[in-house]
Amino acid sequence: MGILVIAEHEDGVLKPSTLNTVTAAGRIGADVTVLVAAAETAAICTTLARVAGVSRVLAAEAPYYARPTAENLAALVLSIARDYTHVLAPATNFGKNFMPRVAALLDVAQLSDISAVVDADTFVRPIYAGNALATVRSADAIKVITVRATAFDAAGEGGAAAIEPLAPVADSGQTAVTGRNLTRSERPELTAARIIVSGGRGMGNGENFRILEALADRLGAAVGASRAAVDAGFVPNDYQVGQTGKVVAPDLYIAVGISGAIQHLAGMKDSKVIVAINKDAEAPIFQVADYGLVADLFQAVPELTGELSA
Amino acid sequence: MKVLVAVKRVVDYNVKVRVKSDGSGVDIANVKMSMNPFDEIGVEEAIRLREAGVASEIVAVSLGSAQCQETLRTALAMGADRAILVETDVELQPLAVAKLLRAVVEREQPGLAILGKQAIDDDANQTGQMLAALLGWPQATFASKLTVSGDRAEVVREVDGGLETLALPLPAVMTTDLRLNEPRYVTLPNIMKAKKKPLDVLRADALGVDIAPRLSTLRVEEPAKRQAGAKVADIKELVARLRTEAKVI
Ligand SMILES: Cc1cc2nc3c(=O)[nH]c(=O)nc-3n(C[C@H](O)[C@H](O)[C@H](O)COP(=O)(O)OP(=O)(O)OC[C@H]3O[C@@H](n4cnc5c(N)ncnc54)[C@H](O)[C@@H]3O)c2cc1C
Ligand SMILES: Nc1ncnc2c1ncn2[C@@H]1O[C@H](COP(=O)(O)O)[C@@H](O)[C@H]1O
Repeated sequence: MGILVIAEHEDGVLKPSTLNTVTAAGRIGADVTVLVAAAETAAICTTLARVAGVSRVLAAEAPYYARPTAENLAALVLSIARDYTHVLAPATNFGKNFMPRVAALLDVAQLSDISAVVDADTFVRPIYAGNALATVRSADAIKVITVRATAFDAAGEGGAAAIEPLAPVADSGQTAVTGRNLTRSERPELTAARIIVSGGRGMGNGENFRILEALADRLGAAVGASRAAVDAGFVPNDYQVGQTGKVVAPDLYIAVGISGAIQHLAGMKDSKVIVAINKDAEAPIFQVADYGLVADLFQAVPELTGELSA
Repeated sequence: MKVLVAVKRVVDYNVKVRVKSDGSGVDIANVKMSMNPFDEIGVEEAIRLREAGVASEIVAVSLGSAQCQETLRTALAMGADRAILVETDVELQPLAVAKLLRAVVEREQPGLAILGKQAIDDDANQTGQMLAALLGWPQATFASKLTVSGDRAEVVREVDGGLETLALPLPAVMTTDLRLNEPRYVTLPNIMKAKKKPLDVLRADALGVDIAPRLSTLRVEEPAKRQAGAKVADIKELVARLRTEAKVI
């Protein structure tokens, strides 16, 4: 009876969130199996087999796993879940989408977004936008868990796991994925970036994000945003950092024209170093910033980019 | 088509909750309570479906204590046609909510159940997906656009890398994301009208569902506080300190 981790991947490449989830699994127990559901599993499985702490990789291949629906993924996980004590996936939109289905079909609770493992039955998770941390114990036979990736280091290399095929479960035929409109960017992915430059309503419009992008390119950083900037259409939805967006914890987070509402702080306050640039000296973001600059961003940001190039 | 909308009573999003000193939970006595913001978006979407001639009736459902009636009255004032309170004083966790909602769905037979993607108190993001699984219905989570034609729906949903479009048969469960719509404000005349709309109360124990909590909270703590740092005078100082003190660039 081991621990099952569901791999997240995109375009044939393993997502880093899977590696953080493997580390969380290793804190619970030693025998970690990773399930890969994809149209073509070989490359992802080869990567996973070398990850430290992984003892087995299961490969389920079917054309409809190319863009799996929650219905199909949940059915596949359910076909083997009873052989495990814990089922884990990253608490990304990927994991959040199908894991509660798995839990309901097993008639167990789900533990969402855990940030620490206390023991095999007991976990810590943030509630109320991270204003409180709850230590929660599950009485269920199988624990279905989503993992906050920023709270666990990525598992490294050094494994030599066996790869085994797993029979797919027939397509439910209910839901079809008919389109995808992904944000293409040469910059690092928000949740895996070492440095993030984020813009808020203070940016004024989408055009103005160019000055942030120039700064990001100088730093090799990802670009993020507040909800207000996304709602206003300055940037796409997948830029949103916060309680109901992405949770990030880079080495350096630069908040530009962001006031610092609790819902935004919930997604970035575990960053190592926080810089805030805001023209309002009273903005709440300064209460969490290691370095605060009270200035007009339209002067400060180009100046910062220039100074870094000097 | 009948549309069912779940509305949860939660601590208002503007309130910064405090952890009780004995570590037993958060202090929500005398704190402002409101409808979960994602559920306001759900009610709004249902009303737009009715205005577009797609929905014939909107039923708002809340589960919990008698005070949830206030939340239901807000939904009625926004424009829901009638309301159901599933009353219990037992602490409800998402699996229990999903099971109770399944019982309500079986009675009401809606063509679409709309839930919020996440309640801003427990931050669970589970109930809609669980309800869909228990009913054997398809699901569309984190919706930012809904189009219904006949017995099918097309939903644009927010995913980690951008947007995804789903085509699914009804009945189905949809959960709302922030960009689906902007909820309307309730007006005084509509608050008055809402007082006369039907609100039925069902006892949770009459629905024959096991709602005992599966998770027990051992303790609730405040997270480590971040200390406010220093204000820097200008960009030169900022860059110097990031280089030599913080060593992050
Ligand atoms: C259910 C719910 C979920 C939410 N989830 C999230 C979430 O996940 N993430 C999130 O970010 N928010 C979220 N919010 C929204 C949150 O409450 C705030 O409304 C939002 O974070 C504000 O964004 P902002 O700081 O960009 O805008 P504002 O609060 O308007 O702040 C703009 C700031 O820019 C500054 N500024 C303006 N012009 C300049 C200039 N020229 N130079 C320098 N500074 C300038 C201003 O001084 C101000 O401080 C959520 C809200 C709700 C209700
Ligand atoms: N007690 C409740 N009453 C009504 N709706 C609820 C309740 N609990 C959860 N929900 C619905 O489920 C959604 C997601 O909640 P959660 O899974 O707890 O994050 C909420 O936005 C509501 O639509």
